[in-house]
This record gives sequence, C-alpha cells and structure tokens, in this order.
Amino acid sequence: MTPRITLATAARVLNQLRHDPRTIALMLVVPSLLLTLLWWMYDGGAVFDRIGPALLAIFPFLVMFLVTSIATLRERTSGTLERLLSMPTGKFDFLAGYALAFGLVALVQALITASVAIGLLDLNTAGPAWLLIAVAVFDALLGVALGLFVSAFASTEFQVVQFMPALIVPQFLLCGLLVPRDQLPDVLEAVSNVLPLSYAVDAMSEVQTSTDPQVWGQIGIVLGFSVVLLALGAATLRRRTP
Amino acid sequence: MMNLAIRIRGLRVVRGSLTVLDDFDLDIQRGSLTGLLGPSGSGKSTLMRAIVGVQKVAGGTVEVLGLPAGDKQLRDRVAYVTQAPSVYADLTIRQNLRYYARVLGAPISDVDRAIEQVDLGSHADHLVGRLSGGQESRVSLATALLGRPEVLVLDEPTVGLDPVLRVQLWELFNRLAADGATLLVSSHVMDEAERCERLVLLREGRLLADDTLPGLLARTGAADAEGAFLHLVEKAEQEVPS
Repeated sequence: MTPRITLATAARVLNQLRHDPRTIALMLVVPSLLLTLLWWMYDGGAVFDRIGPALLAIFPFLVMFLVTSIATLRERTSGTLERLLSMPTGKFDFLAGYALAFGLVALVQALITASVAIGLLDLNTAGPAWLLIAVAVFDALLGVALGLFVSAFASTEFQVVQFMPALIVPQFLLCGLLVPRDQLPDVLEAVSNVLPLSYAVDAMSEVQTSTDPQVWGQIGIVLGFSVVLLALGAATLRRRTP
Repeated sequence: MMNLAIRIRGLRVVRGSLTVLDDFDLDIQRGSLTGLLGPSGSGKSTLMRAIVGVQKVAGGTVEVLGLPAGDKQLRDRVAYVTQAPSVYADLTIRQNLRYYARVLGAPISDVDRAIEQVDLGSHADHLVGRLSGGQESRVSLATALLGRPEVLVLDEPTVGLDPVLRVQLWELFNRLAADGATLLVSSHVMDEAERCERLVLLREGRLLADDTLPGLLARTGAADAEGAFLHLVEKAEQEVPS
C-alpha cells in the first residue's frame, strides 16, 4: 500500500463527485427530508424517537452501497481499473481510496441528518449525539465495502442496482426496526444475528435508550464485516484477466 | 540479449474456446518503433495485453526489460494505452492526468507537457465526457506520456484521428524511440506501416512477417504494405491448406 496513491485515489473520487452536484445534493438532503416526512407522519413523539436513530443507521449504508457499487462497476467496465492495476496502484490503495472518500461524504451526510433530526425535529436520545454520527460513519463504510464486493458480480448497472432489493432490503426487514429482533421467529432471529445492519441498528437503539451507551462491541462487529467484505472485494480485483 | 526490450517465447493464450495465440515468438529491440499490424481479430490486443501483464496466459514466457511481464518493478516503466480510452469521463483532462501522474509518482509538470504533446492544450480544463471520441483517446494516450516509461505499448492510438494529427503523433512516437524508448504501436490501417522502422504482421494469431518495410516489399514484390500483407496471406494459405 502506498499512502500517496491511496490519497490521490480518494481525492480523485471526491473530484468526480464534485462534477456531479445533483448527486451530492441528493445524497446530503434526501435523508433529512425522509426523516422530516417520518416526523410528520408520526407527529414527532415516541415512535419518531425510536425509528429516527435506526434510519440514521440505514441511510448511509444504503446510499454508500449504491454509489460505490456503481462507481466501481464503471471502473471495471471502462478499463480504468485495469489501467490503475497495470500502474503501481495496489489493490488496497484502490479500496482504501474509495472508503476514505465516501467515508468523508458519509460524515457530512450524518452531520446534516443528525443536526436536522436533533435540532429541528426534536429527536430525543439518552446518549450523546456524536455517537449517532460515529455509528452512521461506520455504517457508511459497511455500505462502501459491500458495494465494492458486489460490483464484481455485476456486468451492467442494471444488474448492480438489482442487488439492492436482494441484499439490502432483507437486512432492512430483519434489522429490528419493524419487529424487535428478539420477537422474530427463531430462524429469522438467527438470520438477523448474522446480518451486519442488525448490529448497526442495535448500536443506534443503544444510543437512543441509554445514558451511557455501550456501542463499541456492535461497532466492532460492523467494522469486522466491513474488513472481511473489503478483503473479499480485494480478491475480486484481478491484475490478470482472461 | 541485453538489448531486447521484449522477448516472447512459445506464448499461448486461450480465451474461452478460442486459441488466440499459439506458440508465438517475438523479439523487440530496445529503442525501436515497431508497428503491429493485422486485421481486427488477429490477436494484436491480446498480444499487447500479454506484454503488459494483464492477460492470463496458458503457456510460454513473456519478458519485458529482462523481467517477467507484469512484474511489480515494471509498473512505472511500461506504459499501456488500451483501444477503448480508459480515462474518467467526469473529470477534466487535467484532473485525469494529475491523478495518473500522482499514481505513477511522476512530476506534476509532466501533466501540461503531455497535454501539449497530444495537442489538447486548449481543452485542458474541459470535461472528458464532453470531448469527441478522437480527443478522448488522445487523453488516454497522454497518460502513457507521463513519467519516463521505457516501453510504450499503444493499442491503435491513431484510429479515428485526422491525417494532420496522425502525422504529428507518429513524429512524436519516432522522437520517443530516438530518445531511447521502445514503442509497440498497433494499427489495422496498413498505410501506417510506412511510419515504423519495423513491422510485425499478425493474422489469426500467427506471425505472418517480422521485417522492415523495404525488406517486406523486396521479399513479396508488392508495391505497398497492404499488397505485401495480401501476398503473405495467400502464401500462408497455400502452405497450410485449411
């Protein structure tokens, strides 16, 4: 790994995004608008306090998954990835560059969304707000890692977008937001125990209910999933192709 | 031996059910400009990919500058331009080249020099996605001019360019070779043969000829490269009845 190349890659990814202001606006504003919609639907109050933090976990995961999977699919199909790998770029330079760039975007997204939720919509959490943001950033990294990995199994943008209902929606359904995880049928509870988003949402609930939230265990699990997915993603980056 | 930039022995490449190259030998001297000519589908791109080390090979050896093709030490010494331009459409020309220069560890001053060499100075801050196809492939070519590559492998760099620009680029290639670089340039346009000191003719994965243009013309009695090519095809078919 070469820090020079990792940083150059992160800067390049952000530069590409800068030329696409509409995507930036959608990434940064839509989560806040959806939270506002939810607040309006439930007229604020206790239900919003419960769902709001969970959504703060889900948005960055979903958004970064979509952006990363499509961006890296483009690198694979346009030949830029092959060119980079024929240069001194290491696989982890490439992966870490993306993780760094989109992690930064996720941080801004989480700051905006959490500020809107707490400042304007009176979201009440027992734990400190900065923890919400920290969890959100780790979720974003999880989305980046999953997106990088999945892009290896798609040959078109149509295919890659179809991985969202296949891989993200089940995690959303089983993460404990709709039915608490311990009230799920046993089999489904077991499944939810091996899905990373469950731990992200657990961490958010902990921040919401506890004045002294213990979330590092859950964050560790989310980070562990990200690292494993990045390693699997690295295995799909091949210098030599048929 | 020391003067060989590229040494290929018994190269065999299989793609799917098709044997693209079989028992292929080739030597290329340092500091030479070699034209790789042949119709599309003759195996030119596959041969170039094998030389750069991004092609999975089924057998044989490919050595570049005395090292196995694709060796880590070759990654900033061998420059490769694919047929399809591998550059980022959502960055400007200058941003693209800056990124690649940082990856290569080349001085940033190389960026403006390379842009001038491919005659895109007036467009340096335009988005690549808004350029014409010919301009886009010149951006891709400019990437290969960053740093000081000792071997340049250029896959059809002059296709679709206007005649004046083509002449300029061939002058540039000759200048680079005169300065000591080794260039392998492919084309399916036979009249580009006259710009190379040496010609390698390829057809259906077989080496049809490896000679200078005058040598080739003398041997076949043809008036130009195209005539010589047709003559050699006829002769090869008589020898190996299919």
